[in-house]
Amino acid sequence: MKPFDYASPSTIQEATALLEQHGDDARVLAGGTDIIVQLREGLRDAEIVIDVKKIPELTALDLCNEGGLTLGASTPCCDVYETPDVAAAYPALADSAHIVGGWQIQSRASVGGNLCNSSPAADTIPSLIAHNAICLIEGPTGTREVAAQDFCTAPGRNVLESGELLVTLRLPAVSDSESSAYERFIRRNEMDIAVAGAASWIKRGDDGNIADARIALSAVAATPQFAQEASEYLVGKAPTEENFSQAGELAKNVASPIDDMRGTVEYRVNLVGVLVKRTLATALARIQGDG
Amino acid sequence: MANKRHVSTTINGEPKEFLCAPHESLLEVLRDNLGLTGSKEGCNNGNCGACTVILNGRPVDSCLVLGVEVEDAEVETVEGIADRNELHPVQECFLEGAALQCGICTPGFLVASKALLEKTPDACEHTIRYNLAGNLCRCTGYDKIVRAVQDAGKRMAESN
Repeated sequence: MKPFDYASPSTIQEATALLEQHGDDARVLAGGTDIIVQLREGLRDAEIVIDVKKIPELTALDLCNEGGLTLGASTPCCDVYETPDVAAAYPALADSAHIVGGWQIQSRASVGGNLCNSSPAADTIPSLIAHNAICLIEGPTGTREVAAQDFCTAPGRNVLESGELLVTLRLPAVSDSESSAYERFIRRNEMDIAVAGAASWIKRGDDGNIADARIALSAVAATPQFAQEASEYLVGKAPTEENFSQAGELAKNVASPIDDMRGTVEYRVNLVGVLVKRTLATALARIQGDG
Repeated sequence: MANKRHVSTTINGEPKEFLCAPHESLLEVLRDNLGLTGSKEGCNNGNCGACTVILNGRPVDSCLVLGVEVEDAEVETVEGIADRNELHPVQECFLEGAALQCGICTPGFLVASKALLEKTPDACEHTIRYNLAGNLCRCTGYDKIVRAVQDAGKRMAESN
């Protein structure tokens, strides 16, 4: 690995000052499971690596009834699925956090880092989109908020400008009438990159029909996708297998995958229908208490 | 370029201090600076788990941790698993069950297995395979490893 300098600021202000000072020569270190590999393989360069794990806001994991979840950008995946209240309230996020790499990776890799790495196949991003997460970003010009669904702009690229730091992710509060699920398809049992993935969140109304829904996809486009048409289709519908299948069909409209060693275009598009239907059914089962 | 940093940490229960450049991995520090060569470099990119150590109670790939990150941390390596002259049940069961052939992956498996059994002493086969998915073995075909971990779990339960 090429030599670099290292800083471990303890406040957001120190971190953003360093990021502003060093610009594109600075790289942020959270769990390191992507950035250390990229630096070692020469895919990215750094004059200075800024370790943000000593900043309290970046390692937060706060769940409150009205405010929802505040998830620090460097909080590791294992904290998400090992915290029962969080895993119960945001099951899609727990599902995805539990399959990012293996156990050793989950001890370090953060949800915020997964988002900032901005891989099209990132497992946690569809779950963030399905739960309508908001990204809080601090930078030289102050604070701004970006919806998770608007964060990624291209493979490995996102809305962060030079000098900006992703601080926290805020997920809205959930009630007993809501649940979610994430599922991906891979060719082995674990430790692989998604051929395709889907996260679904649904809210059931008092009449038993679906009051609201959000569906998001991974590995089928240049960025993780919010399937707006499929999500809106479900609103007011009964939570039936037929309607879930139709949502899966509509979700295919935002899939524009590539052919690669993991799967063909046709295969990936077909998987979208399967995975959307399955995750909707799992989310429904979880609302009913048997998921 | 960047100067070496002074790092104070705890390794296998003993306070340790070392100097390292910021770009040196924990694995490099353990092996090259501290002479703890039990942790192996396999892939050096977080896929194989041969360099697994326990960092603040959690298994991590030490090739994906910077040495400077372990300031004030607690690190446990394969060298710290045995209790003086007595092997840990995981080590005993790997030996008795022939759960190794060439042995390069074994330190990582021992550390990850110990971490798993401390968290889930009665881990079933599925849980063992899931949690050890980040450790690759190209010799055994895994079955003997899984059985050794199950046996070690039973042995640990009996001795408690």
